[in-house]
Parts: sequence; C-alpha cells; structure tokens
Amino acid sequence: MRKKKRFDLRVLGKDLKKYSDAYVMALPVILFYLVFCYKPLYGILIAFKDFSPAAGIWGSDWAANHGFQHFIDFFQSYYFGRILKNTLVISLTSILFGFPAPIILALLLNELKNEKFKRITQTVSYMPHFISIVVVCSMIQMFTSNKGFITYLLSLVGGPDFSLLTKPEYFVPIYVLSGIWQEIGWGAIIYLAALSGIDQQLYEAAKIDGAGKWKQMLHVTLPGISGTIIIMLLLRLGSVMNVGFEKVMLLYNEGIYDTADVISTFVYRKGLLDFQWSYSAAVGIFNSVVNFGVVMIFNKISKKYGEVSLW
Amino acid sequence: MVRKKITAYQIFSIFNIVFMLFIILITAYPIYYIVLASFSDPGGLSRHVGLLWAPIKPYTTSAYETVFRNPLIITGFRNTAFVLTVGLLVNLTLTMLGAFFLTIKGPRLKNVIAIMIIFTMYFSGGLIPSYLNIKSLGLLDSLWALILPGAISTTNLIIMKSAFAAIPDSLIESARLDGASYTQILIRVMVPLSKATIAVMVLYYGVGHWNEWFNASIYLRNGEKFPLQLVVRNILKLAGNSAMGSGAGMDEMAQLAELIKYALIVVTTTPILVLYPFLQKHFVKGVMVGAIKG
Repeated sequence: MRKKKRFDLRVLGKDLKKYSDAYVMALPVILFYLVFCYKPLYGILIAFKDFSPAAGIWGSDWAANHGFQHFIDFFQSYYFGRILKNTLVISLTSILFGFPAPIILALLLNELKNEKFKRITQTVSYMPHFISIVVVCSMIQMFTSNKGFITYLLSLVGGPDFSLLTKPEYFVPIYVLSGIWQEIGWGAIIYLAALSGIDQQLYEAAKIDGAGKWKQMLHVTLPGISGTIIIMLLLRLGSVMNVGFEKVMLLYNEGIYDTADVISTFVYRKGLLDFQWSYSAAVGIFNSVVNFGVVMIFNKISKKYGEVSLW
Repeated sequence: MVRKKITAYQIFSIFNIVFMLFIILITAYPIYYIVLASFSDPGGLSRHVGLLWAPIKPYTTSAYETVFRNPLIITGFRNTAFVLTVGLLVNLTLTMLGAFFLTIKGPRLKNVIAIMIIFTMYFSGGLIPSYLNIKSLGLLDSLWALILPGAISTTNLIIMKSAFAAIPDSLIESARLDGASYTQILIRVMVPLSKATIAVMVLYYGVGHWNEWFNASIYLRNGEKFPLQLVVRNILKLAGNSAMGSGAGMDEMAQLAELIKYALIVVTTTPILVLYPFLQKHFVKGVMVGAIKG
C-alpha cells in the first residue's frame, strides 16, 4: 500500500515547472477531451430537465418527478420493450453466428498447404471490410430488392420473390449474414496470428503420440488459441448493447420497425427528427448505463481468467 | 490404419480448397456484379433479373461520364479530400502528443490525465448532447464538425502509447540529458522509431474519414459541404426508393440515380480497394496490437 501523497501546491508548482514542456504538449489533448467529451457529458443534464434551446441547459426547468419524468415515460411506453428486444436480438444473433465464423475460417485457412492460395484467399476475404457502410447497405438493398440476384436465387429454391427488406422477418438474417460477409476475413486475422504462434514442436510431439489431424486440432490447435478466443468473446459480449447503428439506419424503413428499430436509431429519430431532446437524451443515458454495467461485468470475468485483462 | 487416416485428411483438404474457392466467389461476386452492371446498357439492365456474368450489351461508359460531370460528386470528392488530409494531420498530431505524454516518466498529473482519458471510453454524452455541443460551438454546417469531435480516438491513442512504451526509456533520458525538449524527442526519436504503428493510425483514421457520412448528415445542411459518402448515400437512397416503389412517376433525379448508381459505387470504392492490399502487412500488425491493448 502506498501512502497517500499530501496535496501540496508547492510540490505541484515545482512539478509543473520541471515538466512544463511535457504539460504544454498535453494541453491540446486535455482541451480536446474537455470540449468534445466532458462538455457533452455535462449536457446529459438535459435528460433530467425539460430542455428548451432558448433557456439553455442550466436555465431549463427540471423535469417532473424529481427530474425522472422522461425515464418514466420511456419505461412505460410501448417502444421500451420493442427497441430493447430488437437491440438484444440483433446483437445476440450477430454474436451467435458472427463470432464463430472467423474462427472457423482461420482454422480452415491454417490447413491450406499452398501459401500463395492462402494469401489470395485472405486478401480477397478482407476486401468487404474496406467497403464503406453506405455502399455495403445499398448493395444489400439492390441485391435483395424484388429484381435483385439474391432474391432471384432464393426464389429458385422456393423462397420469397419480393423485396426482402419490406418484411420484418428478413431484417435480422440479412443484417447478420451481411455482417459475416463483411467482417469474416478481417476478424480471422487475430486468430491466424494466434495460430502461427503455436509451437510447432507440440504438433511433432502429438504426431509421435499417434494423434491424427483431428486429435491434433482438438488437443493442440484449439487449446493454443483458446486464450485469444475467450478474450475476443468477452470483448464482444461487452459491447452487446451497441448495435451497428449506422447499418441499421441505412437498412431499415418504417415498414420493418417491429424488428429493426433499436435503441440508438430510436434516440436519433426522437431527438434529431422530432426534437424531443430531453426524452431522447434520457433513452441514451439508459443505454449508456446498461452498457457500462455489462462492460464492467465482463471485465471482472476476464480479470478472473488472469493472464490477460481487457486493459 | 495410418494409410486410411491420410486419405481422410486428403479428402478434407480437397473440400477445404473447394470451400475456400466458394468463399472467394461469394466475397467477390457482389463486387464483380456491380462492376459489370456499371458498364451495362441501362435499359437492358432494368429488365434483367438474376445473376450477371458479363455486361449487358451494348456496353456503355455513359454512367461514368455522368458521374464525373456531376457537380455534387465533384464537390463531395473535394470535401472528403479536405477532411481526409486536414483530419489526418489533426488526428496524428493530437494522438501522438497524448500518447507521448502518457509515456513520459515523471509528471505528477499524468495519472489524473490518464484516468480522465480512459473514463471517456466508458461514458460519453451520447448523440443528443454531442449534437447540442457542436451546435453551441458554432460548428454546424462547417467541415470542422467532421474533424474536431473525432480528433482523438482513445483506442488509437492507447495503441500509439503501447508503441511508444516499447521504445527504451534510456533513449528518452539520454536525449533529455543532451538538452532536447520533449517536442524534439517526439519528432526526432519517437516518430522515426514507430513508423509501422503510425502507418496503422493513418489507415484506421483514414478509413474512418473516407467512410464518414452519419456525422455529416446531422451536422451539415449545405449540400456543397457534403463529403463523398453522404452524397453517395443521398443519390443511392433516391435510386433505392424508386426501386422499391413503382417504376412510374420517378422524378428526374431518381432516374439519374438509377442510371449512375453502379458507376458511382465503383468510382467511390475503387481508391480504397486498390490501396488496401499494399497496407496489408501493416494492418495485420495493427489489429494485433489493438486487440491486445485495446
């Protein structure tokens, strides 16, 4: 245990003088955080007020019920259940299918003997990661429209022949599958790195013990990358409340709000389109608080695993 | 017994190669389709249903000519170029200053400042307070609204810091003894020794600026200020609406959008798709550092 240093202005003054050029360097950085991170944090106050732009943040009246009226309104509204459910369904489905996909790809890439073919496959698989979300989403819209080739292929096997994004039940599959398409290669990088870090002697030893390829995979490869898998999973679960907000914004339409509207898009519409500043900020805070709780829980768990904590 | 196992693995290997070819196909085909469609006859394309393996004749480059003549797209390119260059300069300067300050041993306030920075990773004002902040700073309708609020990404700052921390302290200390200021040390010692990480920063921040559309859509009103991706989004949205609704009653803008949408995607996506294979070596490294330290 370290003894708490007494706050001493003279010591601080000396320190500021001694490291003056270091502090000068830090000044623009501190300024950035104050103006663009902490000032908006103060702006959170509007969630507890009836904000009017004319009166300003401080001057606006406090909301009813000790400032919590907007939270109460939100929890009692029909939208609360819907956007919470949609956020969780989209996020958990993405994790369920999107998380194992790059691991499987990495394991399979690792088995390719031809280095050149392996490199080409990898390079191609990164490609969608670099296409902007605006373009990816319009590609999705084109290809799943009634004339799109994805709809066409589905109709060949007895699937639907209309614009898929006009029906609520197709939104989540489209969101998740396109997410896998875009990120599988990029996501595999980290696992490939972990795979290349496995000691080759372990494989030799396993072979001598008579382990076939499948046994080597179970007893050498998977344990070799399990640390990475656990950390990546915890990181991913920590952001379970953050849905790819821009992607939902670009893909959804009024007809499919039932499955597509999430917390962040709701905040956007209420705040910036309907000008319900305070209500919308309250919904945003609800999201941040839940999010923070989730991050803390998973950070605790990951610290338990010892070797690598999240920071 | 041993023989049989080898054969099973060989079968697996063949399936594996076929599977990889399939991955390549489904990754590349949508992009290939867009390229083919961009050279196709618009009339033929609008009647076409299903897959495309060659452009529909007669080939045309008229869509590209329209794209390059469109004033909105040209100003979009110009605005994105501005945000990209000035933004990157601001990003790199501030990120390196912050990262270097956190590596310096000695300043008493360092831990307080570090906590202040990390804290913002867990709590942010959120959409509405951020918007009101930009508004109160008078940055609405200014390209600076796309540069300043994202000047530092804390994750990137931590990646940068871990690169600086890997440089031996003795180098900094001996430079200090020679009378060098911290700014000089940053420029002459730290930067040359962490080029690979700086390349990763350029890639991460750069891709962010290139793809930026959402902040632009809420902070900018004047169409002449729109960055490329927002212009693209607005044009493609028109095309999307006409595709979803009935064909009749399309207004002129939507017709244009329908005509140029494929060429537009090709033009705006090509620069980054041409560049990334060359940066591959760097970003593989960057992902590693980011995942471990972030």
